[in-house]
Amino acid sequence: MMDQLTYFFTDPIARKVILGVSIIGAVSGVVGTFSFLRKKTLIADAVSHSVFPGICLGFLFAGTKDPVTLMVGAIFTGWFSVWSIDYIVRTSKLSEDTAIALVSTFFFAIGSVLLSIISKSQNSEQTGLKSFLFGKAATLSTTDVQVFFVVSVLIVAIVILFFKPIQLVCFNADFADSIGIKINRIEFLLSVLTVTTIAIGIQALGVVLMSALLIAPAASARYWTNKLVGMLVISALFGFLSGIIGVIFSTVKDDMPTGPWIVFVLFLFTMITLLFAPKKGWFSLQRQSKKNNRKIEQENILKTFYQFSEEGFERITVGRFLEKRRMDSHVLERNMNRMIHQGCLKRQDQNYELTEKGKGEAARIVRSHRLWELYLTKRMNFKEDHIHGTAETIEHLITPEIEKELLKELNFPVSDPHNKDIPY
Amino acid sequence: MKPKHSIEVHNLSVAYNRIPVLWDIDFELPQGQIIGIVGPNGSGKSTLLKAIMGLIPLSSGFAKIYDKELNNVRDKIAYVPQRESVDWNFPATVEDVVRMGRYKKGKLFSRLSGIDKQLADEAIEKVRLTPYKDRQISQLSGGQQQRVFLARALAQGADLYIMDEPFVGVDVATEKTILDLLITMKNEGKTVVIVHHDLQTVSDSFDYIVLLNTRLIAHGPTREVLTEENLQATYGGQLNLLVKMQHLIKNTDFPIREKGFEDK
Repeated sequence: MMDQLTYFFTDPIARKVILGVSIIGAVSGVVGTFSFLRKKTLIADAVSHSVFPGICLGFLFAGTKDPVTLMVGAIFTGWFSVWSIDYIVRTSKLSEDTAIALVSTFFFAIGSVLLSIISKSQNSEQTGLKSFLFGKAATLSTTDVQVFFVVSVLIVAIVILFFKPIQLVCFNADFADSIGIKINRIEFLLSVLTVTTIAIGIQALGVVLMSALLIAPAASARYWTNKLVGMLVISALFGFLSGIIGVIFSTVKDDMPTGPWIVFVLFLFTMITLLFAPKKGWFSLQRQSKKNNRKIEQENILKTFYQFSEEGFERITVGRFLEKRRMDSHVLERNMNRMIHQGCLKRQDQNYELTEKGKGEAARIVRSHRLWELYLTKRMNFKEDHIHGTAETIEHLITPEIEKELLKELNFPVSDPHNKDIPY
Repeated sequence: MKPKHSIEVHNLSVAYNRIPVLWDIDFELPQGQIIGIVGPNGSGKSTLLKAIMGLIPLSSGFAKIYDKELNNVRDKIAYVPQRESVDWNFPATVEDVVRMGRYKKGKLFSRLSGIDKQLADEAIEKVRLTPYKDRQISQLSGGQQQRVFLARALAQGADLYIMDEPFVGVDVATEKTILDLLITMKNEGKTVVIVHHDLQTVSDSFDYIVLLNTRLIAHGPTREVLTEENLQATYGGQLNLLVKMQHLIKNTDFPIREKGFEDK
């Protein structure tokens, strides 16, 4: 494995391939972010299928696999597909998803026909054209990489230069229009960027899979940041890394297409994101839900102690506690230990008793519960026998600010709807 | 010479999804007042604003602002779209969105100046969102989101503010903040045009009202316009024959104006 890694960074051919694919990955990450934010990812998919006939036409025209001619052909049919989708949506009653499905399959079919015509011809240059289907980074020539590099620098420069109008058009096109930005032109620019990125990417990714490189990095990046610039950078990084890693995987065995491997790495990045992303990731959500449960358990214990003290009992054994409030004994033990640790509870032999801090907390929970019950009856006209269930949950959610507002709105009441005292 | 009207609309007809939703609307609006464009849901109020802002094609007629073509006075207008018209999951903070109010045509390729940023900060302060400045916009309440839009418009520093349903889905506190702001703006000589669907609330604050229900019912100072008869016409349901014609036009894909017909 180490041998292979050193090989990639010393062998000039391998270096060239890695360089080419990582450039494509980074640029796709940037351009894909805008497709993602404008909810145009399906169109990106249609375009990548639609550049296929363009490649074939470019080859028929030039008679060789000249990268510039192939790219021009790809951009031509790719852009034509965007225009066709737009035209169908504007002038017919078909919906956008139908138009996209029609156009992308139709263009792909034409590409397949053209490819079969080319492979029947006697042109010896045609070998390798098939690799445009699933991508073959090994076929990248030095000229290819040079062309990619120049085009990528241009694309990034355009994105930086037009950052503000692009941002406005993606977020709020009506507002952009109202300050005089020609949104048609910005939208046209964005579709040119998308088509061009796809055109340079298909040699490595293939027409079938190219759209993944536009969509997946952006969709994952959104989970890691709330800033547009941050999203562009992270998305570019995901694209860049999956390009490199995908190429390395694909060369482990001879003659494997690169596209599927890059998509596989993209899938891994997406999975990692969905699992580990802050706030919205699976683990984060689990942690939050655990935290919520623990809060509910602890506060219910505090509340039960408060109810005992209302009856005149301060020191409670576990047995008496469980008679009053059903609870899993493990859960009770775990939480009581935690509360002792926090200084809310103290233990003497078999008896448990709230500390001053614990009493304050317990009174706060009971106050929240009873205030909310009062709010439900006064403001929402709930019947008295309906209020307890809702208040059981809400009591754990009421923040000090909301409590303040409740007190003000209910004018510092002394008792709840069941005529129990509200503790202060 | 100072123009007499803030907005002039002449013979304006608009079709939306091929259904004509505005028929020959004709009015002039004063300056330095709070003006309500009022009508039930589906009466074409928002369409009227979009037509004035040049966001949708007109079937007939024209709209002028300060006696001029829209393109010559854009820097004097701030447009506040409906809150639901954008995706609030967009990666941006309150500050990011309000700073968009300082994006000006012709200055789009340079960085915002320190003064631009200060003006944005002041606008955020005016709508009392300073503590939320760095908050991601999806985490805001509906009322706060509406205030973000308002702050962006304030940051534009315009003379004429055109707002589409700023009171929809906002809490009482936001409603009051917005109303207070509107009155301050009026006292500074600004003109505010608001699309509003509900006469029960906030209409006391309008100085001038346009009543609309696919056709113009009435326009004028609030007290003169709010008559029993006008309200009945506005809110008393659609006109049967008009609805039938709308659908005929839609189903046959008929033009609203004959070719070559020119509005004078």
